Amino acid sequence: MRAIGIILAGGNNHRMRELSQKRAIAAMPVAGSYRSIDFALSNMSNSHIQRVAVLTQYNSRSLNEHLSSSKWWDFGRKQGGLFVFTPTVTADNSSWYRGTADSIYQNLDFLKNSHEPYVVIASGDCVYKMDYNKLLEYHIAKKADITVVCKDLPEGTSVERYGTVQMDDDNRIEDFDEKPIMAKSNTISCGIYVVRRRQLIEMIEKSALEDRYDFVKDVLIRYKNLKRIYGYKITEYWRNIASVEDYFSTNMDFLKPEIRDYFFRQYPDVYSKVDDLPPAKYNVGANVRNSLISSGSIINGTVENSIIFKKVYVGNNCTIKDSIILNDVYIGDNTYIENCIVESRDTIRANSYHQGENGIKIVIEKNDRFIL
Amino acid sequence: MIKKEMIAMLLAGGQGSRLGVLTSKVAKPAVAFGGKYRIIDFPLSNCINSGVDTVGVLTQYQPLRLNTHIGIGIPWDLDRNIGGVAVLPPYEKSANTDWYTGTANAIYQNLDYMESFNPEYVLILSGDHIYKMDYEVMLDFHKEKGSDVTIAVMPVPLEEAKRFGILITDEDRKILDFEEKPDNPRSNLASMGIYIFSWKVLKEALIKRADQPGLDFGKHIIPYCYDKGLSLFAYEFNGYWKDVGTLDSYWDANMELIDVVPEFNLYEEYWKIYTKSEILPPQYISGGSVVERCIIGEGSCIYGKVYNSVIGCGVVIGENTIVRDSIIMNYAELGKDGEFNKAIIAEHTKIGDRVKMGFGEEVPNETDPHIYDKGIVTVGEKSVIPNDVTIGKNSVVFGITTAADYTNLTLASGKTLIKAGDEA
Repeated sequence: MRAIGIILAGGNNHRMRELSQKRAIAAMPVAGSYRSIDFALSNMSNSHIQRVAVLTQYNSRSLNEHLSSSKWWDFGRKQGGLFVFTPTVTADNSSWYRGTADSIYQNLDFLKNSHEPYVVIASGDCVYKMDYNKLLEYHIAKKADITVVCKDLPEGTSVERYGTVQMDDDNRIEDFDEKPIMAKSNTISCGIYVVRRRQLIEMIEKSALEDRYDFVKDVLIRYKNLKRIYGYKITEYWRNIASVEDYFSTNMDFLKPEIRDYFFRQYPDVYSKVDDLPPAKYNVGANVRNSLISSGSIINGTVENSIIFKKVYVGNNCTIKDSIILNDVYIGDNTYIENCIVESRDTIRANSYHQGENGIKIVIEKNDRFIL
Repeated sequence: MIKKEMIAMLLAGGQGSRLGVLTSKVAKPAVAFGGKYRIIDFPLSNCINSGVDTVGVLTQYQPLRLNTHIGIGIPWDLDRNIGGVAVLPPYEKSANTDWYTGTANAIYQNLDYMESFNPEYVLILSGDHIYKMDYEVMLDFHKEKGSDVTIAVMPVPLEEAKRFGILITDEDRKILDFEEKPDNPRSNLASMGIYIFSWKVLKEALIKRADQPGLDFGKHIIPYCYDKGLSLFAYEFNGYWKDVGTLDSYWDANMELIDVVPEFNLYEEYWKIYTKSEILPPQYISGGSVVERCIIGEGSCIYGKVYNSVIGCGVVIGENTIVRDSIIMNYAELGKDGEFNKAIIAEHTKIGDRVKMGFGEEVPNETDPHIYDKGIVTVGEKSVIPNDVTIGKNSVVFGITTAADYTNLTLASGKTLIKAGDEA
């Protein structure tokens, strides 16, 4: 084992609007059967990284529930394991995680007690498949201190909410802008890094002494001229769930055959917690077109260009169009839903009408459900 | 010290020959059922839901699929520090090595396994029924009656009673007499093949009757206990219980799952049925497809039209293909522009484009008229069927077939096409 893993899954994001009210972004359901952290966890597992820490803070309960057992990702071995670290009060610390670097600092013992030479840092809110071993080999070949995974976004895409990088011909990063208003490049950082473990400990300890808490601002950018920081470009699918619009379009991407083939059929697989739900059921009146339907759902109405998550009930004569229905939603008869995201565990009464105009509407009704 | 109040012994060694080619490579308990399940999932889930966490699974016929399915019991939460699930095949002994020659003989050969858990009671189950049953309630009944042997029974219509083992009881459910497949049944209580024995009674009976060839519970052990004057009670069960021993009953039981509110409801919150799930992705239903009155497993891609059918996991149904009243098991791939009526298509089967099944006259099957009947077309696992083939009713295909195996690309009704051998 050459590396250990750290998954940063602590953050809240106001651009996710109401969807982040009850869960961490890393616990956002994606593509019918998964949570966004499954992608990073599966990548770790498939890259044979066996010791993985998940650093979580905001609404950590949602994530804890999902990570209640490590067996789904094949961690939980005698060597290694999955560790979920939330902030704790100790003799010399009573703070929450004040930033990404601080979250690592507060769990520095995890790094110190490992023996693997490298650390792969990933974030829990990205949808992608990646063999971290290739990244590691690149890192070693370049004799880099830090390697940052980067991706070229299509010309003209707004990169305002990403960190952008500029590289020289050898892919060494010359400049780094965090969330620039005027971007100098359309190459963005994907929030995935490789660092030598001792190097990381040293940099994090130093930042902590100076009361600096952010990994990007206070480590990457500060060290960019001092250390050899390289970019590793990926061309495969990579999306980051940072806003409702991103979340919506990332899910809708899975209606495309090539994306489904890449994630669902090609090696390696993405793993998630198994829910033991029965197969999806279609009754008379079901009319489903170009949609993903997950297990445990019962469909009685029309579903078009939509993603239906697990255990959803769609009543008679309903129409669901261009929408995402999250887990365990009950939709009463004669309901019309278009261009919406319906929050999980919600109950939509019969004869409701929801349509997202000028963008995606998030439906949260919090009605009581009467179970027969 | 290890002590388990009740352990279960699950008989899963039978071939189930009346399921035809469906069991030519797998034991009956490992046959797929209800989209994503296998038959053995039902008794195994019943065990863990009833608080029975020690289960010995007796295997003999074609155990590979069963072994890989059960593994160490993780899906059923039967991976325990003490107890859990153990697969028990026949084994070589210093003297008289035997296969399992009968249901009770199989249990007899595993006396040491049972002894190691120091049980009070032993529950005997078979791996070929679809039902949900709380064995703990049955155990309470056994204790309350001070019973030595308790047999689960089910009321059946009197005219059907002659197909079963029938128990005659008094008002207190004490068994007075029993008869095997009687012409004139004196009662309508049919034995379900589920027994609770007090351990000492079972052990004594098995050892005393060990020399009986083909030692069987119904034929030998129960009569032995009865003759000895032990107290035998019948526990009446009134829920859903379905034997899926024939292709016809197997097909029926699958089709019952697609009723609007099925009698056997998999969607209930409690009493979940667990299975080993290999694939997680949701299923994709394309534009231009129809799915009506059907259940479909994870990861399937439907481009055609599906009516009244049970579809497994990872199945692909090509464009414009019409599937009616059929059972399509895991990972089967159906080409474009086909039409399938009342077909049972086993796992990993590959079927070409424009294939039609279930057409023509209803003619009895030439080789096994009692297995392949009711117009069902059966295709065995890993079979290949080339493009443009038409297959009639009551026929069966198994193996990798090419156009040369058919006359004018047609297999008439009632025909059997089985290409055996390791290449097949």
